[in-house]
Amino acid sequence: MEFIKPGTNFDFVGKMKVAFGISMAMIVISIASIVWHGGLNYGIDFAGGTIIQVKFSTPFTIDKIREALRPLGLQGAIIQEYGQGEILIRIAAGASEPTGLSDRVAQSLKGALGEKSVEMRRVEMVGPKVGQDLTRKALLAIFFSWVGMLLYIAWRFEFRFGLGAILALVHDTIITVGAFSILNKEFDLTIVAALLTIIGYSINDTIVVFDRIRENMRKDPKKDLAAVINESVNQTLSRTILTSLTVILVVVVLFFFGGAVIHDFAFALLVGVTVGTYSSIFIASPLVLVWERYRPTGRKRKK
Amino acid sequence: MIKSIRIRAALALVVILVALFYLTPSLAPQLPDFWKKNLPIDKIHLGLDLQGGTHLVLEVDTDKAIAAILHRAAENLKETLMEKKVRFLLLEGKADAATVAFELPDAASRGAFEKVLKDDYPDLEIGSSTVRDGRETLTIRIREKRAEELKKHAVEQSLETIRNRVDQFGVTEPEIIPQGKDRIIVQLPGIKDTERAKKLIGKTALLEFKLLDEEHSVEEALKGNIPEGSVLLYGTHVDRETGRRTQIPYLVKSKTLLTGASLESAKVSIGDRFGEPHVALKFNAQGAQDFERITGENVKKRLAIVLDGVVHSAPVIQERISGGNAQITGSFTMDEARDLAIVLRAGALPAPVTILEERTVGPSLGQDSIDQGLWSTIIGGLLVAVFMVVYYRLSGLVADFALILNIVIIFGALAAFRATLTLPGIAGIVLVIGMAVDANVLIFERVREELRAGKTPRAAIEAGYGKVFLTILDSNVTTLIAALFLFGFGTGPIKGFAVTLTIGILASMFTAIFVTRIIFDYFVWNRRIQTVSV
Repeated sequence: MEFIKPGTNFDFVGKMKVAFGISMAMIVISIASIVWHGGLNYGIDFAGGTIIQVKFSTPFTIDKIREALRPLGLQGAIIQEYGQGEILIRIAAGASEPTGLSDRVAQSLKGALGEKSVEMRRVEMVGPKVGQDLTRKALLAIFFSWVGMLLYIAWRFEFRFGLGAILALVHDTIITVGAFSILNKEFDLTIVAALLTIIGYSINDTIVVFDRIRENMRKDPKKDLAAVINESVNQTLSRTILTSLTVILVVVVLFFFGGAVIHDFAFALLVGVTVGTYSSIFIASPLVLVWERYRPTGRKRKK
Repeated sequence: MIKSIRIRAALALVVILVALFYLTPSLAPQLPDFWKKNLPIDKIHLGLDLQGGTHLVLEVDTDKAIAAILHRAAENLKETLMEKKVRFLLLEGKADAATVAFELPDAASRGAFEKVLKDDYPDLEIGSSTVRDGRETLTIRIREKRAEELKKHAVEQSLETIRNRVDQFGVTEPEIIPQGKDRIIVQLPGIKDTERAKKLIGKTALLEFKLLDEEHSVEEALKGNIPEGSVLLYGTHVDRETGRRTQIPYLVKSKTLLTGASLESAKVSIGDRFGEPHVALKFNAQGAQDFERITGENVKKRLAIVLDGVVHSAPVIQERISGGNAQITGSFTMDEARDLAIVLRAGALPAPVTILEERTVGPSLGQDSIDQGLWSTIIGGLLVAVFMVVYYRLSGLVADFALILNIVIIFGALAAFRATLTLPGIAGIVLVIGMAVDANVLIFERVREELRAGKTPRAAIEAGYGKVFLTILDSNVTTLIAALFLFGFGTGPIKGFAVTLTIGILASMFTAIFVTRIIFDYFVWNRRIQTVSV
């Protein structure tokens, strides 16, 4: 079986301007959405606060639960359904004294819905201090992983390659974060883990193409760089698509079967892997060419 | 590359057998006796998000510990200064202030003050000083270097105390480890009553015996006229019939006569009159002596038993009490009395702790997560396996074989290294299933290319494996770099993700390149096949 027939020759470099346009648009939309929402919808890992996941074995309504929580001064809590017969209660930091909070919620719910019907499934409380800590750590981790990748590629290949790869990475990260902002999905620790994974995956994809470019350049050093890039992207296209496909396959499985905790994580991977595949074909390699053409000094390759 | 297929196959076999060997305790329901005695029996360790339990991050308020030490030292300093007849005035400040202020009337007392400080209190130093009308106000504080040591000590001591409490509470395999400068991580697997455990861990449990200030009236103190050397504390009274709780104010002398540090043991006993539980205390030898002296000197006065600033009771001392026994009564439930006995036995925390972070997962959610993770792994694995066979036919089958080995090695390594499997960790394994076949995809695509270029199967396979090896290495190294950052940054569950991702990537280098190559070489060299099913 072959998805991509041998001898396929798309003009990826020729579509460079279109691709850059699309990417710029996506980045602008992502940033605009983040600004529009006044920042990301941070989960308790970063914003602090408490979440309580409760399972009910008897029928319930959100209103009834809200009513039960009112005496605790938690009318501002966000209550949402979370899987079958379960709810998630989000309590902002500072809305209530955190000591014994989950106990008080449990007692109130049991009072309203019956002792046996209520099961406390999960309680997570993050204080503001830890939230700030985690935010700083997350930003540092993402930033340094970019730098780490840049150094590795600059060492294994050449600096111009590293630059293209890193810009593609930043591109992937921004668009994935943007997707979370547009859908107003909650941004928490597992999403940062997903972002780091995407960074690792996307660069992996890019390297395979770069490797081929380097191999083809050695084979015929006189050949035009644009042609070499096109040839290399085409030769590796089958592999790029296949690997993305197997990865997307398992990510979709995680999305549907992994459970609520993994759901958003899988979603981030889904967006990131798709964008990462696109960027290693359309963005990373052409950027090497752009750098080659427009860099102010240095030698030009001869045709 | 080692040429001999036999040697390579033997090597692969050894790796697989070692993995299976470490997996045996996790898979076998019952291990034979000789295995239990001599061989590893560790099952794969499940994270709290899978087995259920509570994860707490505590912060030790080390500044408060330093303040307490400073104020104790200031009390002693006051006495030394009086003994040495130095003229001074101790300015009352807040109990948790980082400095204590003294006022000195003239230069002579300043000199004497400095001498006392230098000779007897090497840990203290003069912080700031201001002179007004010839009177000098100066503050003392604990030397910075010494304060750092004391803070470190306070955290260590807190850790030890919390460990004692948790051990006595009865949690199996708790983990209590320091984090950073002043934090403590407490992991309590399988715990049911989280609130109770949190109270037990977080209680300072500073037990103090103080005399009641009976010369002054409580009413006056309530109006704000608290006499020097006394403090206003509260206790709760529970009405036995209605169960109503009322706050009772007590005017108590500031000086602490005896603390929980002088206890030898504390245990729950049942009172004879109402059958109510109370905590029976037994002092150690020195404590018993002190207690006898204190009670002897203060017969007919009231002695307040104060726990964490709350007066539990204030009985009248009827007579000199020898033997070193006392008891704390109050309206306890059995659990409360038991927990109080535990914290008193384990000792007081040197400083208050606050819970910064809590993550509790109930056992049923953990089991659900395991099920979902298992199903995701199976479904994801099957889909990828079928895809590979459809796309690459027999070669795909070889890749699938490598994939199964990869999963076995991941689990084997988890057991061998005693790593923790978390829910994101399972997600990492599922992800590895999708990513690990990449190496084979790269190789097979290259083999197809070489075959199209007219090479023989043997040459095509040779070229396929040879040319992509560096590519695979490069691309995997970058994923590993990302995993490294994940590990450095992540908390428990995410670390689990980094772990399985790392092991999976490393294992895939072995299974997808080394093992599949053996199979291909066997068919190409020994069976001399003429076509490759790829």
